[in-house]
Amino acid sequence: MILLINRAITDILNNKFLYIVSIFTITISIFIVSMFTLFFVNTNKIMDSWEKGIKIMAYLKSDKNIEENRKKILNLYGVKEIKFISKKNALNLLKKQMKRQSSLFTNIESNPLPDAFEIKMINFAKNHKKIDVLASQIESLPFIDDVEYGEKWIVKYINIFNLFKFTGYGICVVFFITSIFIVVNTIKLIFYSRKEELKIMRLVGATDNFIKNPFYISGVFQGFIGGILGILILFIIYLMVLTNVDKEFILDFINVRFLSFYEYIILILCSIFSGWFGCYIALKKI
Amino acid sequence: MKLEDKIKKDAIIRMFHVNRKYGSVYALKDINIEIKKNEFVFITGPSGAGKSTLLKLCYLEEKLTEGQIIIDGINISRILPKKIPFLRRKIGIIFQDYKLILTKTVFENISLVLEVSGHKISYIKKKVRSILRTVGMEEKINSYPLGLSGGEQQRVAVARAVVGNPEIIFADEPTGSLDKITAKKIMELLKSFHNRGTTVIIATHDNFLINNSYGRVISLKNGKIIKN
Ligand SMILES: Nc1ncnc2c1ncn2[C@@H]1O[C@H](COP(=O)(O)OP(=O)(O)OP(=O)(O)O)[C@@H](O)[C@H]1O
Ligand SMILES: [Mg+2]
Repeated sequence: MILLINRAITDILNNKFLYIVSIFTITISIFIVSMFTLFFVNTNKIMDSWEKGIKIMAYLKSDKNIEENRKKILNLYGVKEIKFISKKNALNLLKKQMKRQSSLFTNIESNPLPDAFEIKMINFAKNHKKIDVLASQIESLPFIDDVEYGEKWIVKYINIFNLFKFTGYGICVVFFITSIFIVVNTIKLIFYSRKEELKIMRLVGATDNFIKNPFYISGVFQGFIGGILGILILFIIYLMVLTNVDKEFILDFINVRFLSFYEYIILILCSIFSGWFGCYIALKKI
Repeated sequence: MKLEDKIKKDAIIRMFHVNRKYGSVYALKDINIEIKKNEFVFITGPSGAGKSTLLKLCYLEEKLTEGQIIIDGINISRILPKKIPFLRRKIGIIFQDYKLILTKTVFENISLVLEVSGHKISYIKKKVRSILRTVGMEEKINSYPLGLSGGEQQRVAVARAVVGNPEIIFADEPTGSLDKITAKKIMELLKSFHNRGTTVIIATHDNFLINNSYGRVISLKNGKIIKN
């Protein structure tokens, strides 16, 4: 075992340049991938809270048969939850929201606001076409006066965000494949540069495993170091951004967090895997 | 009948109708040889006679074109690839062109043989030192092959071939680059292994070696046996 590791280390030292290129590629890949991961874990939270906020407001013509009407809406596909907001409640809410302009309300004698249902949807329906359909269905009900869903823009943003997310996944996959490819190349180059030596090793009785194991160790090593460096670079950039950007902006934005321990482990394992797998492909046919 | 059986059992190498062609030219043609355990055999003949080729077939560096070779009961034309390393560990080879690994030191070149068969570091260190002392190369233990003279490289090659206490030693011109005194020392070393029970097969065109030695002589010419 010690001899095996010894051979792997000698191997790495003898081919420093190739290994540095390879580790550098893995570092970049892991950096990109972890940057996306960081972006997604943080934006996902915003998206979640936004998604939760999507609702349709349906204003009622009269306040009769509230329970019955509520059931009718509840039967529509995509509706998850309905909250009744009476005109009184609505006015109080409005007053609360507009405290400074409370003088506006002093002259109001009768409540001009209608009763309303606040309708929340199941996740599946949170697609702006589906919301459109649902909203027009609700609007066509006889007891509904008007329908409003101002959060339509959110839905659009979510779609853009999803597009972005898939692009992100795509880029991650591309970089993952690139690093595997580079490892394959590195290992192959070293293998061919040492062909004569390996032939001699075989002639004195070396098994395939004896010859290949140091390559696997160096592959895993490349992956490990590349992974650590990639995350380290991201962390340094993260700290720099955090200290330079306006604190208020960040607090406003939401509390941005770095990757969790669990996510580190996953990323580094992925990196190690790419090193190992690259090695496996390189040595498969030899 | 019984005697014949016994001879067959004792044979460590048997060749039946061995042919080796390069292109359309025969390097070896219809070779039939039986070498017994613990025999000391010279394979001789002029340059290009096929001596090296014959040895290469035995340790599987080259493939047979036709025929069969059986080594220690194993038919090497039908051996499973994963068993080849274990067969080779029973064999010590002194290559005509030495085949030392240029990026490794003398010590590493020799220790490799013991490493592949899984010996402990402490044993390896002791063993390599002692074998280098035997061939008179202990002072060059940390040198690289390119820093050695031809004769010194050859002695390292000899040390590597015998360090694993092989059952069979194939020596291709083991004294080609050595002066008479060193050559004699190497021959003494090979004979000492022979005395311990090792089968030794030496390919050489050096008649001096043969005349001053004991053992069986097989003469090749143009790929054929002319004297056995
Ligand atoms: N790889 C090869 N490709 C083509 N021909 C080869 C090859 N190896 C050997 N030969 C031919 O086979 C014949 C026997 O070669 P071999 O090396 O066995 O000779 P040898 O008896 O060992 O000679 P020497 O005493 O010079 O070492 C030669 O004619 C050589 O040209
Ligand atoms: Mg030869």
